[in-house]
Amino acid sequence: MISLNEFLVLSGILFAIGTAGVFLRRNLITILLSIEIMLNAVNLTFVAVGRYLGTVDGQIIVFFVMTVAAAEAAVGLALVIALFRHRETLSPDAFTTLRW
Amino acid sequence: MNPILFYVFAAVAVISSLLVVGQRNPMHSVMLLIVSFGGLSGLYVLLDAPFTAVTQIIVYAGAIMVLFLFVVMLLNAHTEDEVVPPTLGPHGMKVAVVLSLALAAEVLWALSRVGAASFSTDPNAAVAISSVARIGTGIFTTHAFAFEVTSVLILVAMVGAVVIARKEH
Amino acid sequence: MPAFINPTVVAHLVLIFMVMNMLVLSSAFMVWMERKVCAYIQDRVGPNRVGFEGLLQPFADVFKLLLKEELIPKSADKLLFTIAPIISVAAALTAFSVVPFGTETTLFGLLREPLRLEVTDVNVAVLVIFAITSMGVYGIVLAGWSSNSKYSLLGGLRSSAQMISYEISYGLALAAVVMMAGSLSLREIVLNQSGYWWHIIPKWYVFLQPIGFLIFFTAGVAETNRAPFDFPEAEQELVAGYHTEYSSMSFGLFFLAEYVNMVTVSAVATSLYLGGWLGPFLPDWLGWVWFLLKTLALLFFYVWMRWTLPRYRYDQLMEFGWKYLLPLAILNLIATAALVIWLG
Repeated sequence: MISLNEFLVLSGILFAIGTAGVFLRRNLITILLSIEIMLNAVNLTFVAVGRYLGTVDGQIIVFFVMTVAAAEAAVGLALVIALFRHRETLSPDAFTTLRW
Repeated sequence: MNPILFYVFAAVAVISSLLVVGQRNPMHSVMLLIVSFGGLSGLYVLLDAPFTAVTQIIVYAGAIMVLFLFVVMLLNAHTEDEVVPPTLGPHGMKVAVVLSLALAAEVLWALSRVGAASFSTDPNAAVAISSVARIGTGIFTTHAFAFEVTSVLILVAMVGAVVIARKEH
Repeated sequence: MPAFINPTVVAHLVLIFMVMNMLVLSSAFMVWMERKVCAYIQDRVGPNRVGFEGLLQPFADVFKLLLKEELIPKSADKLLFTIAPIISVAAALTAFSVVPFGTETTLFGLLREPLRLEVTDVNVAVLVIFAITSMGVYGIVLAGWSSNSKYSLLGGLRSSAQMISYEISYGLALAAVVMMAGSLSLREIVLNQSGYWWHIIPKWYVFLQPIGFLIFFTAGVAETNRAPFDFPEAEQELVAGYHTEYSSMSFGLFFLAEYVNMVTVSAVATSLYLGGWLGPFLPDWLGWVWFLLKTLALLFFYVWMRWTLPRYRYDQLMEFGWKYLLPLAILNLIATAALVIWLG
């Protein structure tokens, strides 16, 4: 039988994969995709623990997290488009003007 | 809950997430992430949350990923680049894999210290959770303030995205 | 006979097989109906050589398509190019899986327990249809992109932008019906429409929500990229559309997907607004005949509209979707909510 621990382990693995993506990849869009993986891992935790505790609150929180993720993806991609217009590249290493 | 189905969906989610991070072509990364969302949606169905499963497909796989796809196509960003930047040295990929495995091992160790927490097999519990009416009641009564704030957030994000991405004249 | 082969499982498998075949055959039938109706509207006869009244014409067309050479452009992304029509067809066929087309039947006592005439029934059926139609956008986007041609890309982008714009009005019209029925399951929504007012007028939702029906059907026509909203496809006559570079069976798959999408939109509109399988004279177990007749009426209306109305220009199309249809759908929703609360 599948217990809550398996779901939490899976969620942890997905979160680790997302974090690795954010740190390693040098492409703005792939970084945003890795952030989405992390958000999904968190969603899975919420739903699994909600099922464990027998309440519906887990799914309600997931509803809000999805909405916030949508808003954040929209603004993030708009920023990527604006940045691309300036430097014609999607690598975050090109935007170093604020570095001292 | 069927263990075979859990492992199948979990494998789909993990493998496609790994490929998302490891793929060089961003277009393929986006498509693989959609596959990963499909796997997660299956897991939500196994957790007696069909509404969340369907909302995941509608919102994430059906809307957010289309947005990503449009941006990748418009920016013509399908050129491939290195997965691990060369500045990290020649063994960068191996170090990254080792560190990620260390993170996963820590999570596993932490969870093994806790006893197995099994789900209740009470069918009434399953029905109570999967009822859409309950979710709706919860959102619009207990969490009504969060709902209103979220709608203002989406409005702000929409206006902001249009303003930021506009061509300057 | 081994113990796990019980008649219910076999009946379910047969039902799934039957539904899939029915959908593909209905697509072939739609090809014939479109050409015949188009011909009669244009004061000519249409295909009448292949088989009786040209009924075998679609099969001749498919046979011709199968024998053509499959061309993949050299600089196209091979994997995405091949997957795009598959995604379109898979989404189109899967969306029909939660549509009920008949009442419970025991096949004249052969089955131990009654079998519902649908592939499956989940308690969020309406949302499942919405979700899978959203997935159908990917087939078009990927087809436009992977062909590696400017015109395909533009056609694909326009077509998918149109689809996602009209999805919102589609969903709001759905939400109004769900509010009235109190359930997201299509079977419950149909069963809520049984009965008559004053013994004559059936209690269909189309009488309670005429504007909602029009919004839903218009959004459905725009979703399936049919006239008068088929500018991205008509570009093909002028320049190119998203399926320019496709030949042979991949092209056939795109058209199969389009016709199956039409059938699904008509079937869902029938279940939501026209009372599904409920009808006056036939016994209960022949309900699927009424379902068929109502869906056919809506499909005929689809074809009639294509060959009668001129098509919208793309900016007119998008303006209509966002500035007129969406506010109307929101007003419909608010009015329905007010009436539901007021009348209890």
